[in-house]
Amino acid sequence: MIFLEEVNTTLIVNLSYILSSMLFIFGLKMLGSPETARKGNLLSSSGMFLAIVVTLLDQNIVDFSWIVIGLCIGASIGYFAATKVKMTSMPEMVALFNGFGGIASLLVGSAEYLINIGLNAASLLAIFLTVLIGGVTFSGSLIAWGKLSEFIGGKPFLYKGQQIVNFLLLAILLICGLEMIFIQGLFTETQYQILILICVLAFILGIFLVIPIGGADMPVVIALLNSFSGLAACAAGFVIENNVLIVAGALVGASGLILTNIMCKAMNRSLANVLFSGFGAVIDLSSGEKAEQGEVKPLSSSDAYLILEASSSVLIVPGYGMAVAQAQHVVRELGELLEANGAEVRYAIHPVAGRMPGHMNVLLAEANVSYDVLVEPEDVNPIMDTVDVCMVIGANDVVNPDAKENQGSPIYGMPIIEVDRAKTTFVLKRSMASGFAGIQNPLFFKSNTRMLFGDAKDSVSALVAEFKA
Amino acid sequence: METEITLLLFVLVLSIFLGFELISKVPSTLHTPLMSGANAISGITLVGALLASGAGFLSQPITVLLGTAAVIFATINVVGGYLVTNRMLSMFKKKDVE
Repeated sequence: MIFLEEVNTTLIVNLSYILSSMLFIFGLKMLGSPETARKGNLLSSSGMFLAIVVTLLDQNIVDFSWIVIGLCIGASIGYFAATKVKMTSMPEMVALFNGFGGIASLLVGSAEYLINIGLNAASLLAIFLTVLIGGVTFSGSLIAWGKLSEFIGGKPFLYKGQQIVNFLLLAILLICGLEMIFIQGLFTETQYQILILICVLAFILGIFLVIPIGGADMPVVIALLNSFSGLAACAAGFVIENNVLIVAGALVGASGLILTNIMCKAMNRSLANVLFSGFGAVIDLSSGEKAEQGEVKPLSSSDAYLILEASSSVLIVPGYGMAVAQAQHVVRELGELLEANGAEVRYAIHPVAGRMPGHMNVLLAEANVSYDVLVEPEDVNPIMDTVDVCMVIGANDVVNPDAKENQGSPIYGMPIIEVDRAKTTFVLKRSMASGFAGIQNPLFFKSNTRMLFGDAKDSVSALVAEFKA
Repeated sequence: METEITLLLFVLVLSIFLGFELISKVPSTLHTPLMSGANAISGITLVGALLASGAGFLSQPITVLLGTAAVIFATINVVGGYLVTNRMLSMFKKKDVE
């Protein structure tokens, strides 16, 4: 009888894990469209809830007090963070959460390693991978978070022999892995020593991998770390031999990889190029070539108003500068005034605009811009000639015509929003300083370009005031 | 033992393919919620953390401490991830309704 009950519990637990996996899959599927996305998130979270509840039925759990403490602390921090965070700080928060996922998997792997004696090679390999990926994800994410919140300088941080150092680190880590799996006691005496050694090395590797990468490449890094946090959970699934961890981890791993790939394509660079060659290094060679590019034509807000007032098609191109200036609400207000004035208003969003995939979309959604007026570069480029006014708000590299015209430019070949082909282009910019990648932008010197200098929020507010006057 | 690992690998490979299929259909507008939602899902490692945290402090003190720390981090991920995703998705609206 007791035997039967035990079998039943295990069966129920395992069936519930299958159900959770299905809920995760359906949840992600429903994220495919804005109409169903919210329900999808709800489904996915109920899958998580189910997995947690049935895990608590496990007979190996003898004491619930520590679990309750952990759940309470974690839930209150999570709740506080999720409800208080500003939409402009989303990239930082996602970076930090990636890191938490990584460290959690690392801790699970470590706990399993220390509790079990005489594990077989497969389990030890899984533990090694969990600790390695989890550690790299954790420290890498902390650096990414530091860069995004500007505790650490956003410029690429490069030094000679960087790749060699990284390869050496990885090689030492692999040797440690071999020691952990096959030949215990080669240069460490206890389990603790080798585990701590691997953790420390993984942390250092994570720091070294992310620190050379500049702020403009952050969308790639965050997507990649997102993928890693999933893979760490996946490896932890092999450690505790649990299918739901493997399924969920693999889904997240795949999702992060796809996003990484999209981001790289949007910059016409390979992942290796983003990770290892920092953007800053290439630029100095090409910036000197074309010193004299023509004259910049500034524009006052009242003149800008007259042009906007007469235009019937307006395209707004937001970038990181809009996020920094918190200008999304006043931009939406301007958009509505233009619509009321009879113009067609659309927002063109480049995949790498901002600091994470979809950053601009979230900001505009926060400001109540309908998502069906947001368009992608490949949709808007063919009809660019029909656009009367393009307003570039805080974007720079993603509208740089050098990407099409100048073969010597470091961003040559990158798909851009071809705003230079619109009848008139307004560029809202603080000053003539070059953008994040440090490259000159010939767009500013084109004959149909007008510059509106100043803080993006102030400039747009001035336009709104003109419309209302 | 070996068949078990093979089975787990089998699940892994199929899930990766499924993941690629599912995610490539997500429009770029939803990429940020996708990331934070995926982030919450990666908190599934909480399942392993719970088992370690409940192993009994007197017999396994280190496991319990490591496990509890893992429970805290994973719970932040799960609770924070789902809530913030929900908050973001609630802002995605079509204006035609108004």
